[in-house]
Amino acid sequence: MAEVTEAVRAARTATGERRGGPQRWLPYLLLAPSVAYLLIFFASPMIQAFGLAFTSTTGGWGLESVRAMFGDDRFWPAVWTTLILLVVLLPLQFALALAMSMVITSRLRASGFWLYVFLLPLGVSELGAGILWYSIFVEQGWLNTVLQSLGLIDRPVIWLDYREPWRVIGTIVVAEAWRSTSLIVIILVGGLRAIPRDYLEAADVFHAGPWQRMRHVVLPMMRPTIRTALIVRTVLAFEVFATVVALGGTATDVLATQANRAYTEYQDAHLASAYGLVILLVSLVAVGIILVALPTRKERGQ
Amino acid sequence: MTARRVLGYGGAVLLAGWILVPIWFVVVGAFSTADAIYGYPLAAWPDWSLESMRFFVTSAGVPEALLSSVIVAVLTGVLTLLLAAPAGYALARFVFPGANAYRLTVLSTRAFPVVVLSIPLAVFFLQWGIYDSVWGVALMHTALALPFVVLMVSAVFAGVPVDLEEAAQVFGCSRSGAFRRAVVPNAAPGLAAAATFAVLLSYNEVFAASILTLQHPTLPVFVLTGLTQAPLPFRYAGALFLLAPAFLFILLIRRRLLGVGGGPTLR
Repeated sequence: MAEVTEAVRAARTATGERRGGPQRWLPYLLLAPSVAYLLIFFASPMIQAFGLAFTSTTGGWGLESVRAMFGDDRFWPAVWTTLILLVVLLPLQFALALAMSMVITSRLRASGFWLYVFLLPLGVSELGAGILWYSIFVEQGWLNTVLQSLGLIDRPVIWLDYREPWRVIGTIVVAEAWRSTSLIVIILVGGLRAIPRDYLEAADVFHAGPWQRMRHVVLPMMRPTIRTALIVRTVLAFEVFATVVALGGTATDVLATQANRAYTEYQDAHLASAYGLVILLVSLVAVGIILVALPTRKERGQ
Repeated sequence: MTARRVLGYGGAVLLAGWILVPIWFVVVGAFSTADAIYGYPLAAWPDWSLESMRFFVTSAGVPEALLSSVIVAVLTGVLTLLLAAPAGYALARFVFPGANAYRLTVLSTRAFPVVVLSIPLAVFFLQWGIYDSVWGVALMHTALALPFVVLMVSAVFAGVPVDLEEAAQVFGCSRSGAFRRAVVPNAAPGLAAAATFAVLLSYNEVFAASILTLQHPTLPVFVLTGLTQAPLPFRYAGALFLLAPAFLFILLIRRRLLGVGGGPTLR
């Protein structure tokens, strides 16, 4: 091996490369285009968003747009719906995702098939998933067809009844659980595969049941993975948009639908940016809470 | 077969049903006549009529929107790969100060919602004259896809043994020659998968595209804005159009999606 490295070094010297020469700058040169791109299309709009939110259509700095947002009748309902969706969805999705990841990592046959099916919704757009579940929950849809053929209902139920916000929120929860659980599956599978076999075998040696094994071996080992998944899922939950539009129409509001309406209907980039900043703020607060609530071993000083 | 395995397969089938049965419903809806769709109760089997699909693709605005979507998605895929490939290679092959800071920055972009990004970008694009164009949307989608594709690509390059590259250099290739002849052929499938990811993200993205377009919407934006007045056959056929690429693309890239720096995000 040493000779090969020597030969490579000789070859590099021959082609004009030297340690500390162009070699040292090469990685930075390679990163430069992506850094420049992210500065232009990520960092600068992010800064501009503050500029927009704290000015108004009439020009001049001030809290006018922010005040307009708080004064909107739909603001607080949108905040609550967003939070309720998150709180109901997280445990449901983690349970589902954990079950799916166990299937993928267990040595069942056709593992490629299970992986494919469980990851399918990852490629499905929010809107596609929203309409898909609309076809199920609509009055002349699949759910009523199935329930009636089983004799559980006498006539079609109006699931998407806009006078019953809870029912509509329930349908959004189901659609989102279907659509966005795959993302958690991907993260959890990575974590499950990283658990050394010895630990699981040790659990077997001590006659740990499946529940004990989960509680005392798998979950503690998965702590960092679960934390990552929680952060990713939480941040995305604050941006839920098209599923809500597809199922809730204009009657159900979340923060992202409000931001979209501010821009596309009221043509007010300032108000829309103010909504954007609220989403950013709650995302960062949520990430902070998760980081503090689930410290890794290193952070706990163990 | 032990009781535990029976339980395992039973659970797997139930979970697969939870994913697949709703997809079957959309397939049935898209391939049924309007009469069948409005005729409650619904039949579990489609009449394999192309009426609804034909109605959708010939609706005013749909062909243009579909074309826009495809152009935007391809532009996003190419642009993302061009920017991500060098960065991914640098992360995979070099040890240098700042590499971790770069990784961390890339990962942290996840915390910034697309809602905050797209509205200022709309203002910029109006000034630059690319508002309501495929370029504007593609530039935005590239910004969204880039962080994840960089990490995917870096995993791809890390998977190509460095020995191959060194061997090529021993046999007289320059560094760039070694890259071209030894690394690219081995990395190509992985790079294609990474680009596919960007294409799929772009095809699915609706929030930013709806902010950045007006007269020239992408397909999801067109379907979204028409949703309140759209008849059921239009919705169901539209949903199938939105879902279709996922069936193929996820099949192609499913294994590469696992273990990418905390999971890639498709919208």
